[in-house]
Amino acid sequence: MSTTPAAIVLADGTTFEGEAIGADLPGGLGTGEFVFNTVMSGYQEVISDPSYAGQVVTFTSAHIGNYGVTPADDEAPSVHCAGVVVRDLARRRSNHRSTGDLDGYLRSHGVGGVAGVDTRRLTRHLRDHGAMPGAFGTASERELRDAAASAIGTDGRDLVATVTTSSVSVHPALGGAGRRIVALDLGIKATIVQQLVELGEVHVVPASTTAEEVLALRPDGVFLSNGPGDPGAVALVPDTVAALLGEVPIFGICMGHQMLATALGGATHKLPFGHHGGNHPVRDEATGRVEITSQNHNYCVDPDSLSGIEVTHVNLNDGTLEGFRSTIAPAFGIQYHPEAGPGPHDSRYLFGRFADLMDGGR
Amino acid sequence: MPRRTDLETILIIGSGPIVIGQACEFDYSGTQACRVLRQEGYRVVLANSNPATIMTDPDFADATYVEPLVAEVLERILDVERPDAVLPTLGGQTALNLAMELSESGALAERGIELIGANAEAIATAEDRERFKQAMIEIGLSVPASGTAHTMDEAREVVARIGLPVVIRPAYILGGRGTGIASTPEEFEFVASRGLAASPISEILIERSIAGWKEFELEVMRDRADNCVIICSIENVDAMGVHTGDSITVAPAQTLSDVEYQQMRDAAFACIRRVGVETGGSNVQFAVDPRTGDQVVIEMNPRVSRSSALASKATGFPIAKIAAKLAVGYTLDEIPNDITRVTPASFEPVIDYVVTKIPRWAFEKLPGADSRLGTQMQSVGEAMAIGRTFPESLQKALRSLEQGRGGLNADPAEVEVDGVGTEELLAEVSVARPDRIHGVESLLRRGVSVERVHEATGIDPWFLDQMLAISEERAALVEEHGTGVEALTSMDRHDWRRAKRLGFGDGQLAWLFGVDEADVRAARLAAGVEITYKTVDTCAAEFEASTPYHYGTYEDTTEVEPSGRDKVVILGSGPNRIGQGIEFDYCCVHACFALAEAGYETVMVNCNPETVSTDYDTSDRLYFEPLSVEGVLNVLDAERRSAEEGGGRLVGVIVSLGGQTPLKLAGSLPSELVLGTPPESIDLAEDRDRWNSLCARLEIPQPAGGTATTLEHAREIVERIGFPALVRPSYVLGGRAMEIVYDEAGLEAAWVAIAADGSLGREGGLAAERPVLIDRFLEDATEVDVDAIRDRTGEVVVGGIMEHVEEAGVHSGDSACVIPPVGLSPETIAVIEGHTRSIAAALEVEGLINVQFAVKRVGADDPAAGTGGQVFVIEANPRASRTVPFVAKATGVPLVKVAARVMCGATLAELREEGLLVPPTAGSHVAVKEAVLPWSRFPDVDALLGPEMRSTGEVMGIDRSFGLAFAKSQLAAGDRMPQSGTVFFSLADRDKRVGLEAARRFADLGFELVATAGTAAFFEEQGLSVAEVVAKVQRAEGDPEDGSDGVALIEDGRVQLVVNSPRGRGPRADGAHLRNAAGRAGIPLLTTAGAASAAANGLAEWISEDLQVRSLQSYHRDPTPAPGGGSG
Repeated sequence: MSTTPAAIVLADGTTFEGEAIGADLPGGLGTGEFVFNTVMSGYQEVISDPSYAGQVVTFTSAHIGNYGVTPADDEAPSVHCAGVVVRDLARRRSNHRSTGDLDGYLRSHGVGGVAGVDTRRLTRHLRDHGAMPGAFGTASERELRDAAASAIGTDGRDLVATVTTSSVSVHPALGGAGRRIVALDLGIKATIVQQLVELGEVHVVPASTTAEEVLALRPDGVFLSNGPGDPGAVALVPDTVAALLGEVPIFGICMGHQMLATALGGATHKLPFGHHGGNHPVRDEATGRVEITSQNHNYCVDPDSLSGIEVTHVNLNDGTLEGFRSTIAPAFGIQYHPEAGPGPHDSRYLFGRFADLMDGGR
Repeated sequence: MPRRTDLETILIIGSGPIVIGQACEFDYSGTQACRVLRQEGYRVVLANSNPATIMTDPDFADATYVEPLVAEVLERILDVERPDAVLPTLGGQTALNLAMELSESGALAERGIELIGANAEAIATAEDRERFKQAMIEIGLSVPASGTAHTMDEAREVVARIGLPVVIRPAYILGGRGTGIASTPEEFEFVASRGLAASPISEILIERSIAGWKEFELEVMRDRADNCVIICSIENVDAMGVHTGDSITVAPAQTLSDVEYQQMRDAAFACIRRVGVETGGSNVQFAVDPRTGDQVVIEMNPRVSRSSALASKATGFPIAKIAAKLAVGYTLDEIPNDITRVTPASFEPVIDYVVTKIPRWAFEKLPGADSRLGTQMQSVGEAMAIGRTFPESLQKALRSLEQGRGGLNADPAEVEVDGVGTEELLAEVSVARPDRIHGVESLLRRGVSVERVHEATGIDPWFLDQMLAISEERAALVEEHGTGVEALTSMDRHDWRRAKRLGFGDGQLAWLFGVDEADVRAARLAAGVEITYKTVDTCAAEFEASTPYHYGTYEDTTEVEPSGRDKVVILGSGPNRIGQGIEFDYCCVHACFALAEAGYETVMVNCNPETVSTDYDTSDRLYFEPLSVEGVLNVLDAERRSAEEGGGRLVGVIVSLGGQTPLKLAGSLPSELVLGTPPESIDLAEDRDRWNSLCARLEIPQPAGGTATTLEHAREIVERIGFPALVRPSYVLGGRAMEIVYDEAGLEAAWVAIAADGSLGREGGLAAERPVLIDRFLEDATEVDVDAIRDRTGEVVVGGIMEHVEEAGVHSGDSACVIPPVGLSPETIAVIEGHTRSIAAALEVEGLINVQFAVKRVGADDPAAGTGGQVFVIEANPRASRTVPFVAKATGVPLVKVAARVMCGATLAELREEGLLVPPTAGSHVAVKEAVLPWSRFPDVDALLGPEMRSTGEVMGIDRSFGLAFAKSQLAAGDRMPQSGTVFFSLADRDKRVGLEAARRFADLGFELVATAGTAAFFEEQGLSVAEVVAKVQRAEGDPEDGSDGVALIEDGRVQLVVNSPRGRGPRADGAHLRNAAGRAGIPLLTTAGAASAAANGLAEWISEDLQVRSLQSYHRDPTPAPGGGSG
């Protein structure tokens, strides 16, 4: 039961004590933007979600690792998050699905972290002062402090370029009447691909794919995926989307939603500490129904900056925009994660709306 | 959708008396519903027979009917109040069943009354097992596979389809005869053929056995726009096979991956939609095969349940309150989340801590009961604890049970399991029993593998490993730091923090190191390791919380805010147990309300999730913490600091309203902080010698007696005072281990029970400072209870004088009693009042005092009576008693509110001026309190009343005469008296005289009498004819089966009422056969002559008078009798 003391130092100098978990980090430290996620299950999906690139994820749920890990729950082949902070890492896993434990998983993916932390204090700090950069690890407090001071957040960084695929992959349809969907990979999650193949054959293409290249695949619809970081810093994609608008039905999720809004001339801004969890209520303005949603974003679209759109979904906690559709072109965007993985399945109907949109365009 | 405007008056049905399986969680839910609906502007009518509840306080409804919860009474209430709707989903199974009965009989439809919350169709779908199963299959959910068979061939076909293991139940068999589990083909052949033979129609139900599967529960809410949310997931530590109410449970679920959890969530929504619960809360139970992850639906409750109360306290989401709002038309997104205020209720709470609930049982009070846990709930209460991790919350919960345990072992009581051999202990823990968890830890500590323990118990390896972490830490502590005071100095901040974060209490550490708990506390604080308080906020700190609902843990920072107000800390009563239940929660809650009204900031400490006191909006601040010395000292420190920082003042702590629990802590708290009666007086009343000299000084007669610490000494005392004698330990509540002994053998048996190795051992046991009290038992005496309040100026107000229906010797908590007294002369009452005043003055009481007297009947002679007159004082308790809520409801005087103010320094004169202290209602009504006993749950236990309390709850009957009030109280308690037929009498000699009066009344009413030989002879001698003399109580082996014995008479349904007073206790006593037979046959049973007499009188009036119902508000506002009321 021997543990190695580790600590967290945030950019504002706030420190937290704990013990090291996961991979041994070069120089005994890691840096990233500290955020918190409130899901009570689904840690593996969160950790392997490419949207967390550059971020250190703090889980508010007290026990993490209880049911181990399994390749079936990976959202991407590699892990892009910068670190993991937990109150308690399970010593022993217990679940028939699991093939390994979380600590080993973190090690094999080169991800470090800190356990034993007063994560509630950290969460309250981030809530009150906003997501902020910081450093963590087994290095000396001085080294951590220096690293924290120079650590950078996600603002102004094009993190999509660091996670997008380098080659095209084709996923055969499991349903969907011969539709073809091109998915622009901005950091796409495996669960999204699983939902899309129910609608048709899916071509996952790099973020740098041009509109001409996309259209050359003769898609019935174009999907814009989730992805990490600052939408304002993402190169090329908004131009690509602008060129596709009106040519083909478009559905964007998360970063994809923000790219769609940017292409339509809209602006995005950073939320104080973002939305990361599986319990946010969102109202579908068309039906009045409330859905419990899986969320993971730090930035959001300013609805007033957009024209020619209709707001379709609103977050009931803070009133922020969660979905819109273009009244000019066949396109709609959803800020949260209707695919779930992790999180509730309440919003999967939106993939059906995408199918309807594609079929309407035929 | 806004609230419905087509409804004006809504009837809420409560859950009646506290019984096993239905406790004060429904007071919590009903109270919330009443408050919310009144805030919404509806006229609220409430029906509940339980006077100890907070919801039946006249302030919570527009019309409160403390009346029996039976259909004919409800119909009267419907006629008087003409509600537009009935809300049946917040009063447990009782309310749901009643609503169904009223719906099916057409009583609702013919009056144009609507059921809101759940309709009859939905209730029927959820409640009917077969219908529910079909409904689930219809929507594609799995249920345990099953089939029926009438031959072995059919049975083999069924089992080939569903696979082994299976449970086999013969059809049309009561009590589970012939039921069995088969795991192998051989076992199957045997059990199935046995089952077929046992069933009168040769039919067996074969169901896939899911014993050993993991058990989960989801709390679901749905609104009328079909929005569904999960409030909480709960995972049982005990595997399937143990009733969830008897299981250790944890929130949130710990061992489900998101894939599995979301599958379960989808299934729960599908279930509530299919069953058709339109609005409100439901819980759905699932079993999961740990090997494959297969999920099956077990059952769903279409109403707020015990689990809902737990989920509410575990998450901070007020399920009952929201359910009430949804029932009147709101949707979830229209209701704000109270805790964050800025976000709506249409979300799913997330929690950043672990909640553990552990049941508390009462097997020690039920000799003969089988303590194996199974599919029928047997626990009487529960404690909940919150910790940041499972080990911390588990250990806190074990401490919160107040059964003398410091946590998960590491305390003196662990010797019991540590002394058992490993193989034997492995076998022991394979059967679920109350203390199993300690055996599990003992095994893990010995190095038995998690796998082996898992195999034996079915407890998930993750939970076991968390317990192993506790075991390892304890070994490491002693290994690294040794023992004695040196260990304390060797512990650094890091070490303390590690141990405390695993939930070790200072008491456990003291035991491990062999030092005093106070020294541990001092050393720990010196090392800078103090408790921190975090907040239950529904959102894991994502949003700011506006409700200070705290739990203690060992983290970096505390969230207790400074406060500038004068604050009073109120200590609650902990888990419900027999002898200490909802009545004390009523007291604590009332104190909160009264002190808040007077401008104080109220701070509540309690650990019982079922209560109103642990609702976050009852007090200004709530600490969900164990009521241990450490737990309370920590809260006092935090509150003192909060006051210092905020410029407020910690006025003090109230220890006298939560029963014995806080009272026992009083001596360990800073005495200057204890409000009201000084702790010194509490000791004075308990210390037999000092109490005796006080009574002598006041010239108040007592039964002769003495105190003993050895059996030898006890024998000497009895020699002096004579038999019968009352033997009881000191410092216990509810007459724990109290016995009346009639001879030497009885004395010895009672002594063994009380002595250290007996059942009281773990509750503190026998010691010089806790001697056994032995008193002459007064036969043929009436017991009287008095509740009074004395203020700091010395004024005393007598709140109520209660005359017991049963003779002295039956515990006051188990005895029916009546206000006003019906058999006491004005002179006797004056003497009782005078004694009460002088005792209150001598004890320097500031607040409540309860005094018990015995009044010797005129003409009875007893050498122990002495010369002091007929009124003897039995005992005095300078604290709130169990009867205070009943007195308040009978008289209309808010006793506890007055007492709470008095404890904080107000005088009775001031409170009278203020209008809080009002004179008792002057009406001619009579109120009877009756106890409700758990016999039906424990068929092996003799259904006898005695000096040890065994009732779980109480009801009140209130009417225009004693007879009618008594009859109502019996009906409310579940005993419907027959209106004609045969009464079977079998009386002990000492009861024959009183019993004769009762028998005469029954004969006058046209009942036939049968009696056992001695009783019959006495009756005949006195000129009362008996239709049949029962020669034998029970047929002996070899006797002809001619149905002439008493047991056969009862079993054949030839008698409608049994009156049997005991000659002795125990399975060998004749009476036990009669009582058990009556219990099995469901025939009303009276075990005292006093009760028989009251029943006969009541029945006479019940038959001749009209059934009338009347609200408490009407009784107290308008004390003249209702029109048409008889004078009684």
